[in-house]
Amino acid sequence: MARPATDALPDSAMGAILRDAALCALVALGLCVPLIAFRMDPGPGSDLVLVPRWGLVAILCAITFAVRLGQRLLLMRRDARRAKTSALAPSPAQATEAVGGEPDAGQKVSKIGLKLFVAVALSLPVLATLATGDLGSARYWIDLGILILTYVMLGWGLNIVVGLAGLLDLGYVAFYAVGAYSYALLSTTFGLSFWVCLPLAGLFAGLWGMLLGFPVLRLRGDYLAIVTLAFGEIIRLVLINWTDVTGGAAGVSSIPRATFFGIPFTADEDGFAARFGLEFDSMHRVVFLYYLILVLALITNLVTLRLRRLPIGRAWEALREDEIACRSLGIDTTATKLTAFALGAAFGGFAGSFFAVRQGFISPESFTFLESAIILAIVVLGGMGSQFGVAIAAVAMVAGPEMLRNLGGLKAVFGEGFDPNEYRLLLFGLAMVAMMVWRPRGLISVRMPSVTLGERKAISGAHVSEGHG
Amino acid sequence: MDVFLQQLINGLTLGSIYGLIAIGYTMVFGIIGMVNFAHGDVFMVSCFIALILFLLLTTWLGVSSIVFAFLVVLVLAMALTALWGWAIERVAYRPLRGSFRLAPLISAIGVSIFLSNFVQVVQGARNKSMPPVLSGGITVLEREGYTVVLSYKQGLIMVVTAVLLTGFWYLVQRTPFGRAQRACEQDRKMAALLGIDVDRTISLTFVLGAALAAVAGVLYVMYYGVVSFSDGFVPGVKAFTAAVLGGIGSLPGAVLGGLIIGLIETFWSAYFSIEYKDVAAFSILAIVLIFMPSGILGRPEVEKV
Repeated sequence: MARPATDALPDSAMGAILRDAALCALVALGLCVPLIAFRMDPGPGSDLVLVPRWGLVAILCAITFAVRLGQRLLLMRRDARRAKTSALAPSPAQATEAVGGEPDAGQKVSKIGLKLFVAVALSLPVLATLATGDLGSARYWIDLGILILTYVMLGWGLNIVVGLAGLLDLGYVAFYAVGAYSYALLSTTFGLSFWVCLPLAGLFAGLWGMLLGFPVLRLRGDYLAIVTLAFGEIIRLVLINWTDVTGGAAGVSSIPRATFFGIPFTADEDGFAARFGLEFDSMHRVVFLYYLILVLALITNLVTLRLRRLPIGRAWEALREDEIACRSLGIDTTATKLTAFALGAAFGGFAGSFFAVRQGFISPESFTFLESAIILAIVVLGGMGSQFGVAIAAVAMVAGPEMLRNLGGLKAVFGEGFDPNEYRLLLFGLAMVAMMVWRPRGLISVRMPSVTLGERKAISGAHVSEGHG
Repeated sequence: MDVFLQQLINGLTLGSIYGLIAIGYTMVFGIIGMVNFAHGDVFMVSCFIALILFLLLTTWLGVSSIVFAFLVVLVLAMALTALWGWAIERVAYRPLRGSFRLAPLISAIGVSIFLSNFVQVVQGARNKSMPPVLSGGITVLEREGYTVVLSYKQGLIMVVTAVLLTGFWYLVQRTPFGRAQRACEQDRKMAALLGIDVDRTISLTFVLGAALAAVAGVLYVMYYGVVSFSDGFVPGVKAFTAAVLGGIGSLPGAVLGGLIIGLIETFWSAYFSIEYKDVAAFSILAIVLIFMPSGILGRPEVEKV
């Protein structure tokens, strides 16, 4: 297999590349033909009218051709360079990940990364206020921060189940829903305060985790994923249909707001501002919520990090690596799996009750399968088991699509009818595929072992098993 | 009894559609051990393709014969959806072969999100309804004012499903491709050593699965007359349930599972509550997996240490 070693491409190679690119364009044409070439618009009466859009199809095919051509040319250059430097260069089909355990930049990043992340998170409201001028206009950034931290917390919670214990859970949003509805229903029917409901919500979600975890203990791999997905959907469908209790599809509204440990954020005399001698500002509540979710997320992180060193945490990781060996060593796999499920679910429940208190309104629509998929994607993209990886993946997955909302400037390029918001989830799906193809092991693909003899050395993520359950 | 008979007909119709989709899941799982999460959305894409082709034929080209239009739509939709299936496998799954187990699953979820939003962007979020075709039916039974009707559509769905499944069965059992496909299912490495092009076989498996999903899509659009971009998920999960119920990896099992799920769903709606019919389907999935993980016709999984 002699590859052209010079930078100048022979004609035959160029021809092959052109043919390949043309083939790609042809496939793109085939994919576009009915779906993009004709748009079904409501016409007179109830009939649909077809509106042809061949121009768009031509543009898309041309883009496909150009992208493929560029990609092939770049790859060819790279191959040629590799062939020059080493005769034994691995082919692109071989392992793309480093097999050796040499500590690399990624390890250093993940060591100081988490501290940096916490520092940035702690100072975000101050930074945003300084950057935008006053507290009111920093609201957008603080709200975005709350959203990101919610997903960081959910990601860390699911990380216990998926990343540490190796149990694939596609219905995690069910526990988020249980937490949210626990707070919403307890506070609206019994008038319990947020600070009473928060632990209760976690407790309920944890119990549900045990309840749903118990029957699926015997299942492994994809089967477990599908059953948890089914449970997630069942809970959502029950929330929609059990109208007497849950309010059905309309959800629960006017959920009481959070208080500063009993002191409400109102302009009254016994409100937060008056008590502490501050001028009333509705932003106090938002900033408080921000620090609340930050503390909750950090508790999740701390608990996870400490538990990893306890026997139960080590049992989780052992279970992920080899369940049979685990059993032969006398580890109670039932208890190990159930604690992982229950603990992960409990953190989901905490996050859920926070979601309810922040929104003031919840409906089953917030707890669809898409949410579960996003949370799982955060865990996998972050590199399963890596706390810092999950945090940056959450920032990327939540803030990235959010940034698209602000790309109003693109209207100048694509015309007035262009709404970047429409393309948010479309690009999100594409990004998920691209990330998996590019880095199947996630962003942070090195792991620090929990227990070591002598020197603590980072190992490649490829050596970490992803579990069978 | 009359209600029962009518529901039996409705259930078998629905079950045929689920069975056709389920084959795509079961074949892909059999050959590469992956749940092709995007398969339900491929089915949804085929519904849209079929609807556009039908409108194109009837309003633009002025084809008046419904049978001819149906056949053309069926063949073209199968071909175009198969191309989607091929492209998805090539772009999103093939680079991940041999990677760790979760990667293709996440990739498939990404494809699923992409497909439903792609269709929403290019075709709009509104439900698309099809002009009614092929109304009327055969009265099977008439008694005490209650008539049991097998509509022409339902008859057509059952006939088309039966014919295509027979052809498909022949393809898998009697042709060189079928042999290669079954060989890869048993042992991919050994099949490769014996000169079978494994990548090509896997591609063809995706193509076939997508083509059968397209048949289901054409029939679905014709039967229900309405489709929306979000219609992929629920039929997809139910078809997967059918595949699991019948024993994943088993082709007759997928069809059997589809029929059972279709029957359970219609009977549940008729005799219990229509709101909880999806809950019933999902509960069956959970119960089957917990108590009978290898399904009705599947082989029990042997754990190697």
